[in-house]
Amino acid sequence: MARVSITVNGRKRAADVEPRLLLVHFLREHLNLTGAHVGCDTSQCGACTVLVDGRSAKSCTIFAVQADGAEVMTIEGLADGDRLHPLQEGFWEEHGLQCGYCTPGMIMSAVTLLRDNPAPTERQIREGLDGNLCRCTGYQHIVNAIQHAAASGEGS
Amino acid sequence: MAASPVLPKLVGQRVKRREDPRLIQGRGTYVDDVKIAGMQHLAFKRSDIAHGRIRSVDTSGAEAVDGVEAVFTGAQIAEFLGPMPIGTPFPSPDHRAVASDVVRYVGEPVAVVVARDRYAARDAADAISVEYDPLPAVVDPEKALTGEPAVLHADFPNNAAVGPLPSGTGASPKAVDDTAIDQAFAEADVVVSQRMVNHRLAPTSIEPRGVVAHYEPGKDAMTIWSSTQNPHILRTFIASLTGLGQDQVRAIAPEVGGGFGSKINIYGEEYVAAALSRRLGLPLKWVEDRSEAFLCTIHGRDIVAYVDLAARRDGTVLGLRMRLVADIGAYNMLLTAAIPTLTMTMASNVYAIPAIRATLTEVFTNKTPTDAYRGAGRPEAIYFVERAMDLLARELGMDPAEVRRRNFIRPDQFPFKTQTGAVYDSGDYAKALDRALEKAGWEQLKAERDAARAEGRLVGLGLSMYVEVCGVGPSSGLPTGGWEHSQVTVERDGRVSATTGASPHGQGNETTFAQMLADQLGIPMEHVRIHHGDTGVVKQGIGTFGSRSQAVGGAALHLAGGRVKAKMAKFAAALLEAHEGDLVFENGMIAVKGAPSSAKSFAEVAGYAYRPIKLPEGLEPGLSEEAFFEPSNNTYPFGCHIAMLEIDRDTGEPRLLRMVAVDDAGNLINPLIVEGQIHGGLAQGIGQALIEEVAYSDDGQPLTGSFMDYAIPRASDFPRFELESTVTPTPVNPLGAKGVGEAGTIGSTPCIVSAAVDALSGFGVRHVDMMLRPERLWRVIHGANGSPQGGQA
Ligand code: FES
Ligand code: FES
Repeated sequence: MARVSITVNGRKRAADVEPRLLLVHFLREHLNLTGAHVGCDTSQCGACTVLVDGRSAKSCTIFAVQADGAEVMTIEGLADGDRLHPLQEGFWEEHGLQCGYCTPGMIMSAVTLLRDNPAPTERQIREGLDGNLCRCTGYQHIVNAIQHAAASGEGS
Repeated sequence: MAASPVLPKLVGQRVKRREDPRLIQGRGTYVDDVKIAGMQHLAFKRSDIAHGRIRSVDTSGAEAVDGVEAVFTGAQIAEFLGPMPIGTPFPSPDHRAVASDVVRYVGEPVAVVVARDRYAARDAADAISVEYDPLPAVVDPEKALTGEPAVLHADFPNNAAVGPLPSGTGASPKAVDDTAIDQAFAEADVVVSQRMVNHRLAPTSIEPRGVVAHYEPGKDAMTIWSSTQNPHILRTFIASLTGLGQDQVRAIAPEVGGGFGSKINIYGEEYVAAALSRRLGLPLKWVEDRSEAFLCTIHGRDIVAYVDLAARRDGTVLGLRMRLVADIGAYNMLLTAAIPTLTMTMASNVYAIPAIRATLTEVFTNKTPTDAYRGAGRPEAIYFVERAMDLLARELGMDPAEVRRRNFIRPDQFPFKTQTGAVYDSGDYAKALDRALEKAGWEQLKAERDAARAEGRLVGLGLSMYVEVCGVGPSSGLPTGGWEHSQVTVERDGRVSATTGASPHGQGNETTFAQMLADQLGIPMEHVRIHHGDTGVVKQGIGTFGSRSQAVGGAALHLAGGRVKAKMAKFAAALLEAHEGDLVFENGMIAVKGAPSSAKSFAEVAGYAYRPIKLPEGLEPGLSEEAFFEPSNNTYPFGCHIAMLEIDRDTGEPRLLRMVAVDDAGNLINPLIVEGQIHGGLAQGIGQALIEEVAYSDDGQPLTGSFMDYAIPRASDFPRFELESTVTPTPVNPLGAKGVGEAGTIGSTPCIVSAAVDALSGFGVRHVDMMLRPERLWRVIHGANGSPQGGQA
């Protein structure tokens, strides 16, 4: 067992964990933050994407012990109280989700995408989503959602 | 009384989804989010060979792992769990949730572990050692039909699971009269013939399957959460296989992260979780890994077709022969055997073909079983027919749109009975074609293509027409029954709770159904809540598949809503001392027509119905009405898709430039949601044409076991889809809605392949099988050995 202390959505959380415990399982099983989903075992679907020290990262690809001391933000921490994040607004407005399973990861990836490039072209958005798979939407409404957020000018 | 705000009509509007706020904040509850005190986890030991006899299973290593509660081999499971049932009338071999003597595909379970957490369970499963006597494997369905080198099931000689079954004869072969089809071919000016493969796919919902089973001995009752499309069917099967009554089982589909047909089935893992929970008295969870999903969740498609089309020189089709060989994998699952029969049924597509003979043989091979995957038998039919129509157009030098138009069933011919027995409800195929040609700018596109070719670029155009079958009914068409159920309750405070048996997994029923009830009852949508996916709350239901949510589930809701409204009108009439026929329900009020000042609020009338101090004669208190709706026939949505595609001459890589889809799903409740459904369908159809394929080695080893080697499309694979709709309502349900979930998948695939063939037409190629792998296209361009061919268009 190894002791980890990780700040998650602004709250410091400490626990004794197996060294092999994945960050996504730490979040889901230990902290009950089930917004990050698991969709694969080869780091490809992006359903598990969260922010680690401000940048999107696949939490199935990081051991909890590697995140010791880090700041993690999950989808549960993205809205500002009752005020949705512009990307959350965008996904809602533009019907950017169907089953919703890929959605938390999509949104957390898009946070970094817009932070790096606040006014992306459609091509740049599509390429920026290469690490996130959605089987329901055909992506067009996801692209619209991200454009909607970018146009809101609130960036991220 | 203050005037109440005017409520807008919602049906037909692009209303934002009510499901979204929870899902975009990570507050949805999917099956893996369900936790119960004392819950243990399952992991399966699976076969790593395609065919073999189990000699021994040594579980001692697993039992020694810290945290392991119990280990069961297939033989031990067989002591208390019977064979897995199927839902079709076809003959089926013995199929166990956990194999005990012979394994027949890679991934088939051979033992199961119960442990404290998923890590310990996986460790323990890996510590089980199984010895096999390997048997030869067979993966090619046509070879399998020779009975060599292996027969999977002793009762099925030559691995023939079904057939040869002629079209229109039901589950058992009957003698048929082929005079008409023979004559059609004898009279034809031209015959085009082609062998085509509609290859195997993995449905791949991003949420894998999962189940939590909780048997409570004190209550002698089971609750089972599953990532399923149809909790009521799940309940029926789980109850019967675990020896419980249906009243003792409550099945819950929580948020379901996509299904695409793959979550219709009741899988071995669900039966095992339920049976072991009952046996051990513990809550048990199993969640599939992605690598397990590729092995153990059903696959789709995998049909070889030999197609012959007979026509006159003017393009009139006289007859169609279609011999189908469907590779169904190692076992029959719930609907496996029925799916390819839909390929036969839909063989007429949108055409008035005077003679058709389709014949189907289904074959067992050492692969994962197939079953319904988005479209389920219809994409195969449309693919084969549309590719054949394209071959005919090429043979005759006709425009692909023209040869199709010449053969359309005309609007005045509906209801139209095809030669394969389908009765199409309504349609206007020329309208969809014209709209698509206009939207795409067909003549302009042809000019662009020709200009690109003149520059040496390999650009092609493809066009396809489709009709599909949705909302299957009446009950003779579905082993589950072809109805749906709904109950609508006006609560004491005037809010409305409604249940639907159509259990969604992304379709947005909470929104569309609330739109409908809000309009019907004249109340704000915010006052309507739709309950689904829980047999403890939703009394009856079938589920969501075959694009039936609106056409069948929506219609049931509409009927129940109408009944409760009629009863409420009687209470209102008593309060208002008016005639119930003179009342209008709008803007949250019930008023006498033309006398708005008379209005009572919806809530006041509701309150009266629950405490009717003076009960109107002939009425019972309360406002809760239910309806079962069974359509008299299926619905047949249709459309036209057009693709423009370019192939890189040096690499063979295809790139989709344009994708235009005109779809007619009848009346639309929420065009925003409809668009989303079509986008998703297009993505899967394009995926099949361009990048998706389940592959096996000759000895039955899966070569596509993860997202590293099975490509589902990414955002960058697509251009912006260009959509339009035409509206031809169906007469078979009161909404006029046909269904839209599968349309995109069905129309898109053939037009992309036709576009690729068009792009390569300078190389003398008539047909290329999917998937359009760059290597395959490159060989067409550069010759099988890489020597350059001619081909400046
Ligand atoms: S779970 Fe698929 S990338 Fe993390
Ligand atoms: S919304 Fe279902 S996977 Fe993206």
